[in-house]
Amino acid sequence: MSESATESRRLSTRQVARFVARGFLRFDGLVDETLNREFIEEFEAGPPPPPPAGTPLSQAYAEGSAQHRLLQVPEVRGVIQSLLGSDPLFDHHFYHVTHGSDSRSQYLHQDSTIDTRTAFDLQLFYFPHAVRADMGGTRLVPGSHLRVVHESSIARYQNVLGQERIICPAGTLLACHHGLWHGGGRNASGRRRIMFKVRLNPAEPQVRLWDVSDLEAENLGPKPLFVPDDGEDVQSILCQGQPWFEDDTRRLEFMNRVRLWRYLLGDERADAHYWMTRVENVPR
Amino acid sequence: MRHRQQVLILYLGNSALDSRVVSWALYDGTGNTNRPPGDEDEPPYATGLDALKDGWRLIQLSQLHPAPPGGELTVSYQRYECVFERLVDPGGAAP
Repeated sequence: MSESATESRRLSTRQVARFVARGFLRFDGLVDETLNREFIEEFEAGPPPPPPAGTPLSQAYAEGSAQHRLLQVPEVRGVIQSLLGSDPLFDHHFYHVTHGSDSRSQYLHQDSTIDTRTAFDLQLFYFPHAVRADMGGTRLVPGSHLRVVHESSIARYQNVLGQERIICPAGTLLACHHGLWHGGGRNASGRRRIMFKVRLNPAEPQVRLWDVSDLEAENLGPKPLFVPDDGEDVQSILCQGQPWFEDDTRRLEFMNRVRLWRYLLGDERADAHYWMTRVENVPR
Repeated sequence: MRHRQQVLILYLGNSALDSRVVSWALYDGTGNTNRPPGDEDEPPYATGLDALKDGWRLIQLSQLHPAPPGGELTVSYQRYECVFERLVDPGGAAP
């Protein structure tokens, strides 16, 4: 994916901070109607087989295929480049299809296996048609991506306060951290539901790959604590809790977000609301 | 009359039984109800204590353990799990 091949619209600093905090970014109706329709037609005709895992993304899909054109949408390219770099590795893709007569939904789970890296994979969830409430949609748990659990070991959590079901217009894209808890919803609508998921691995350090032109304007240094602010600056975004967080664990969540933010920023001194600096202070 | 067990699992905001419910699950041994994962946005009770007041019996409460050395900042499973039961007549009303 050379820069000249097509336009790329990279993420802003605050969008990246929201990804760090929530574990996903959502873009409603991002892909246009023509490509959505052609993507479905390609699926129905029998899509090209996937390449081997580890293939550079630039070589993964045949030019002209709907799969390839999806990943060339400027905003999609921008998300990939902002979080993974210029030519990440293709891991796998899968068409998740339900046919509208489900009596069960998928258990809540985290994909793959225990993964203790700070580096992360990106999972793109693409919905080529509108998803109505009775079609189940994908549900996900915002802010769950940094919890170290093992795949379906979390299936016991039937419902989590703040869980979101993706009811969306056609062409919606989710960009998810690999650790985000999710599951397919029950589709009893009588209508087919298609969700295309692509997993990509970074092939370079994920440091300052987004549009950092707005970074200088952010106050990333220490700030007065417990003083109300507008909640939209980077540090406040990193310290926004979720309704399902335990009272104590939420503070550990903030600290783990800071660890991820430090990795992305390439700055081991970075912090949010002093959570890490306080416990790292060892006077000498 | 052969009663059946219903099991309610509540995950709380802290170790106090009267703290807020943040996650929940219900398994119905009568087979009268089907609760697909992810279908409910509001918990059945606001707190664990509210479940007791409604007749559920607490049969297990998660222990409090110090974090293992080196894992103090690790976030993982929900910490404050409470398991309740009640015995019901399978021919009775669903909970």
